[in-house]
Amino acid sequence: MGSRASTLLREEEIEEIKKETGFSHSQITRLYSRFTSLDKGENGTLSREDFQRIPELAINPLGDRIINAFFPEGEDQVNFRGFMRTLAHFRPIEDNEKNKDPTASEPLNSRTNKLLFAFRLYDLDRDDKISRDELLQVLRMMVGVNISDEQLGSIADRTIQEADQNGDNSISFNEFIKVLEKVDVEQKMSIRFLH
Amino acid sequence: MFSFHAIFFPQWATLRMERGAKEKNHHLYKPYSNGIIAKEPSSLEQEIHELRGSANSLRSEPEFEMADIFYFCRRGVESIVDDEVTKRFSAQELESWNLLTRSNYNFRHISVRLSALWGLGVLIRYGFLLPLRLTLAVTGVGLLLVLTTMVGFLPNGELRTYLSEKVHLICYRICVRALTAIITYHNRENKPKNGGICVANHTTPIDVIILANDGCYSMVGQVHGGLMGIIQRAMVKSSPHIWFERSEVKDRHHVAKRLGDHVADKTKQPILIFPEGTCINNTSVMMFKKGSFEIGCTVYPVAIKYDPRFGDAFWNSSKFGIVNYLLRMMSSWAIVCSVWYLPPMNREEGEDAVQFANRVKAAIAAQGGLVDLLWDGGLKRAKVKDAFKEEQQKLYSKVLTVHPALYCAH
Repeated sequence: MGSRASTLLREEEIEEIKKETGFSHSQITRLYSRFTSLDKGENGTLSREDFQRIPELAINPLGDRIINAFFPEGEDQVNFRGFMRTLAHFRPIEDNEKNKDPTASEPLNSRTNKLLFAFRLYDLDRDDKISRDELLQVLRMMVGVNISDEQLGSIADRTIQEADQNGDNSISFNEFIKVLEKVDVEQKMSIRFLH
Repeated sequence: MFSFHAIFFPQWATLRMERGAKEKNHHLYKPYSNGIIAKEPSSLEQEIHELRGSANSLRSEPEFEMADIFYFCRRGVESIVDDEVTKRFSAQELESWNLLTRSNYNFRHISVRLSALWGLGVLIRYGFLLPLRLTLAVTGVGLLLVLTTMVGFLPNGELRTYLSEKVHLICYRICVRALTAIITYHNRENKPKNGGICVANHTTPIDVIILANDGCYSMVGQVHGGLMGIIQRAMVKSSPHIWFERSEVKDRHHVAKRLGDHVADKTKQPILIFPEGTCINNTSVMMFKKGSFEIGCTVYPVAIKYDPRFGDAFWNSSKFGIVNYLLRMMSSWAIVCSVWYLPPMNREEGEDAVQFANRVKAAIAAQGGLVDLLWDGGLKRAKVKDAFKEEQQKLYSKVLTVHPALYCAH
């Protein structure tokens, strides 16, 4: 029998998630349904295997990096709160949010946080720097066997050369933001959630 | 008869619920038909070039932008929230409740009246409908075993064929009553004929009974043990069915030969095959395995669509065994479905088996109002092949190595 989604998710929890992520009540219950349908072990958390079971994600060249983004450092399970927190990065930035109280903590879906999400996809060892090696590894994931080592190497060199401003041969988060300042991050890193 | 009541009760109940919900402005209805997210139907090349357009790009060698990652990232997270495949392997979500606990996903307690209605429903379904249906089912299967064996003693000839058809039809009709299946057949002039293959979308083992109720087919399948095995052996005594040993299934030439031989004999009934190879939840049609389309005979496509409001017919084999499933079917309100016989199709010049299979699949999907997917139903259990990921990587590499000016020259 299907799980009784709304009875397992308490109203207080929904309110907390609403405050933290900005999703609406109905979006949260729909996403909870999705969460439970992915949770084959039915233990309230998702493992990496649960994500890999999604064919469209399994064929995504950066599938493993994206899956990794859901799991906090060193952990193998993600609960619904963590799931929602990660998804919150992809909420569109609504206009009324831009005029909100500037002293409130930055929402998860701000431009900076979206960029941070993308930055962490490149930063394999989570040391807040994208080294040439890390860039090469991610590039290799994206192109497979179709581009030679030399070509890939020169792509990586050129990219770092253009982005690196303090000469440490790696890209920091601020340098990353600078490179992408003309890109419409809000649109490209947003998913249209329906009510 | 009682099938009238089985239909009337839930319909009346649904109307009352709707009225009650509107009165109290409850969120009884969720717009499931809209999906959780809206996806952009754009391609990899399109999106990467859009990303490039907003960044600096004046080079002439292989190009890469750090922003490219956004495309893969967004697509990946979109598929985590809503993908086309995994939802096909579990029962369809309903927009309004049909008074069956098993369909109760997101529906909360609305009123005492509704719960009382549900309780009454349980009494009727389990106390009255289920025992009645079980008796019918046992009768139907028993008769099938006895009568087919008896017909099997007759010598080959017209009489035997005629009697065999009658016996099969009678027994299937009893089984249909046992499930209270209310079937509407459309376009019966297109019914499959001898020497052809009938292909249909697969939702449940009951599909066989639904189709066999209206015509005689030769079944294809693996030899089973137990009760299924006894039924299989009995059926074969009176009419030609094609049962394979487990070991023979892997040998594609052997399978193709047996099917081919059967089809070549015009006195034999049409073969019934479900090319998806597994049960899908009746919202989509998944990849058709090309084996049946290589044989070279006429294909008669059939679309079967179940109405989920009276009882979801989908068999989720990872969740329920067959006995559990049949009991659930027999304690639902009814199984309401439509069957469309589509005009026969033949492989055209220059078309290979895969293209032919896709053409047939598209026709069935269009008729049944189902989503036409290229994904393999086998993904229910197996991992997706690496080749698909390699395709994505290839596509992206192409974008990197093509000079932007050349590309924009279209």
